[in-house]
Amino acid sequence: MLGTGLIKGLAVTAKNLVGSYHDPARYTTLEYPEVKPKLPEAYRNFPFLVTENATDPMGTLRCVACQICEKECPPQCIYIEKSKDKKPDAAGKPQIYPAVFAIDTSVCMSCQICVEVCPFDAIKMDQEYEIATTDRFGALLLNREQLAKPNSYYHQIHPTEAVEVDARLAEERRAAEEKAKAAAAAKSAPKSAAPAPKPPAAPSAEAPKPPPAA
Amino acid sequence: MMIPALLLIAFVILASAGVAMVLRNLIHSALLLVLSWTGIAAFYLWAGAEFVAFAQILVYAGGISMVVLFAVLLTRPARDAELPVTPPTVLRIAAGLMASAMVGSITVMAVLTSHLVAPASARAPGLTVKDLGALLAGPHAAALLLVGVILTVALLGAIIIAAPEPAPRPEDQP
Amino acid sequence: MIAVAPTSDRFLEVAPLQLRDWFIGLLPQSLRWITSGLITVVAILAVFGLLFAYLTLAERKILGRVQNRPGPNRTGWFGLLQPFADGVKALTKEDVVPRDADQVLHYLAPVVLVALSLLGFAVLPFGRHLVPVELDAAVLYFFAAGAATELAVFMAGWASRNKYSLLAAMRALAQLISYELPLLLSFVPVVMLAGTLSTTEIVTAQGGWTGGWIPHWYVLTPWGFAGFVIFMIAALAESNRSPFDLPEAESELIAGHLTEYSGFKYALFFMAEYFGMCALSGMAVTLFLGGWQAPCAWLEFIPSYAWFAGKLLVLLLGFMWIRATLPRLRMDQLTRLAWKFLVPLALINLGTAAFWSLTAGWTGPLQLVRWAVALALVVTPFVVMGRRLTAGVAPRTYRYAAS
Repeated sequence: MLGTGLIKGLAVTAKNLVGSYHDPARYTTLEYPEVKPKLPEAYRNFPFLVTENATDPMGTLRCVACQICEKECPPQCIYIEKSKDKKPDAAGKPQIYPAVFAIDTSVCMSCQICVEVCPFDAIKMDQEYEIATTDRFGALLLNREQLAKPNSYYHQIHPTEAVEVDARLAEERRAAEEKAKAAAAAKSAPKSAAPAPKPPAAPSAEAPKPPPAA
Repeated sequence: MMIPALLLIAFVILASAGVAMVLRNLIHSALLLVLSWTGIAAFYLWAGAEFVAFAQILVYAGGISMVVLFAVLLTRPARDAELPVTPPTVLRIAAGLMASAMVGSITVMAVLTSHLVAPASARAPGLTVKDLGALLAGPHAAALLLVGVILTVALLGAIIIAAPEPAPRPEDQP
Repeated sequence: MIAVAPTSDRFLEVAPLQLRDWFIGLLPQSLRWITSGLITVVAILAVFGLLFAYLTLAERKILGRVQNRPGPNRTGWFGLLQPFADGVKALTKEDVVPRDADQVLHYLAPVVLVALSLLGFAVLPFGRHLVPVELDAAVLYFFAAGAATELAVFMAGWASRNKYSLLAAMRALAQLISYELPLLLSFVPVVMLAGTLSTTEIVTAQGGWTGGWIPHWYVLTPWGFAGFVIFMIAALAESNRSPFDLPEAESELIAGHLTEYSGFKYALFFMAEYFGMCALSGMAVTLFLGGWQAPCAWLEFIPSYAWFAGKLLVLLLGFMWIRATLPRLRMDQLTRLAWKFLVPLALINLGTAAFWSLTAGWTGPLQLVRWAVALALVVTPFVVMGRRLTAGVAPRTYRYAAS
């Protein structure tokens, strides 16, 4: 009969109106600045640099300034300057580190390519979405101090992925140590310079793409 | 108090009707015509005929004005396009004079033959709506029926003119 | 002209009038008549102005809740200051008038609209003793005042010189022509049964209770219910409310006749919309819901204007509920609904009311016959014509929807 559909529709809205006062499923709005949404794990927005130690972020950056991400970045929003000296990394090996590492977030399109090409798991995707600033140029150009975030933060935002990365890194480190021990035992020769991490790291990274030569 | 009010109402009616004839913009003319009709309703109110006044507003300002405006909007391509007015010829002037003379003489005759009532009686409405209804359905029932029949015939004619339409397409259904 | 408050009634019933009389008593004799009128006008403006302010808030809250969100809740406690913030915003905004607009009509339209939509309140009986103006043909006056509002919408749309506004103006005209008829036809039975066009007498005619519990409101009779439903549908269309808000139609015409309006003129249009809604709901309460009459005999101790206000608010909430639920009709559906469904139903309803009026003397088992016949006269045309209206299209089947 004519009108039954109207009544059904009115019943639906009435249920929603009353339900919004007692049923959380019918009142799904979060009052944003006070209540923040729980983001899904796969959510990503803008890269950040992983540091091993929260107390000394600049000293424990995983990044070795290899500049692969800078070359791969489609909108070219990454700028890296290598350091002149070397610093010991987390494993104690002396490494080059980025003297300047800047990402222009007004250009970045969150494509994640820098993350996929990084052989050192040094750059990962952040979940930052409150990016409004009053300064269009300065505040959107993030330097390495702003980009560096500890590994524990990485665990917090992408737990599953972070555990995998940690396991892989630990495995690589162990293999490198064993290899070094074996080499030392076999030849009892002085340490060969820095061969270890690179060859095994590249194939085990998510993207099987080898770092291009140029 | 009563006479100045009448003069004011008469001025509004005549002025808006006069300006409506002079204006080039048809929409303005139509709106002024509505004002003129409303003025007539005000005159009815002044004369104590509440019912007729409200019916006048309801029918003229509410209904007929819409039809007029609709006709103007649907028939005119641009609102500022000048009306193609042909220059007056002798024949046109004669026809105009003839028509106005006929209407004028009828009006004058009607005014002269009716016995005028003093405006003092306008203060209290002589007829209530109920009396009006009783009069319409009693002594004047034949006239009422006749008017009804004429209007029905006009309506039927309009329906017949508008009737032939193509078979409804599926997307035209509700 | 000064109606002195009757002293026989209960205190609350006459309190507003006594307050007015006390104030007028302070003034010299020559000012009393005009002050009495002014007080009524100011009271109506104040009460309905405030009601307008909080109706906008209530509407936004209800629409929000229906859509799983809270609605305005930042300005003041529960957003209670929101209407005033909006008012300040509207007043301080720049008033933009298009260069090519018809300056005079563009300015006049909102003013005329608000003025006309306020006229209707003059004849509504808000309480037992609270009738601003007693008119012999009050109902006719009300609808005459309401019929002209659409003219102001037309003026706004045409004067803006904007193609969306012009389309809105034409839609407003077509809508008015279509819905004026069912609106007028739906209350004719009430006038027939009450035998008067005066609003106070129509309310008085609905007084009394059967057994002290069942009120004699017209909505509780078969023809009255049908008339009430037709009246409310036509009132929705008349006040340009969803699902008949075709002149405004945000999704098709930007904002229709409001496109070229800004600042306080825009606010005036909204004010007129809500005033029109209130006036039409008030008229529906008067004609069908017994006006200020209490629903049960023992509830009469509550003052009559409170009953009127309560019924009015219920109808207004109904308007909002419908707006939250129903999608907008298409122009052809709108006119088809009016001409092919509502007008014939209203005409048949006239016959039902005539039957009801003629059989008023029937008692005993004949009462049952009377009810059965009247109900059949209401329900059968509805079902038959509803089938014809939706023939071949309802229930709809959706080709790609997975069942």
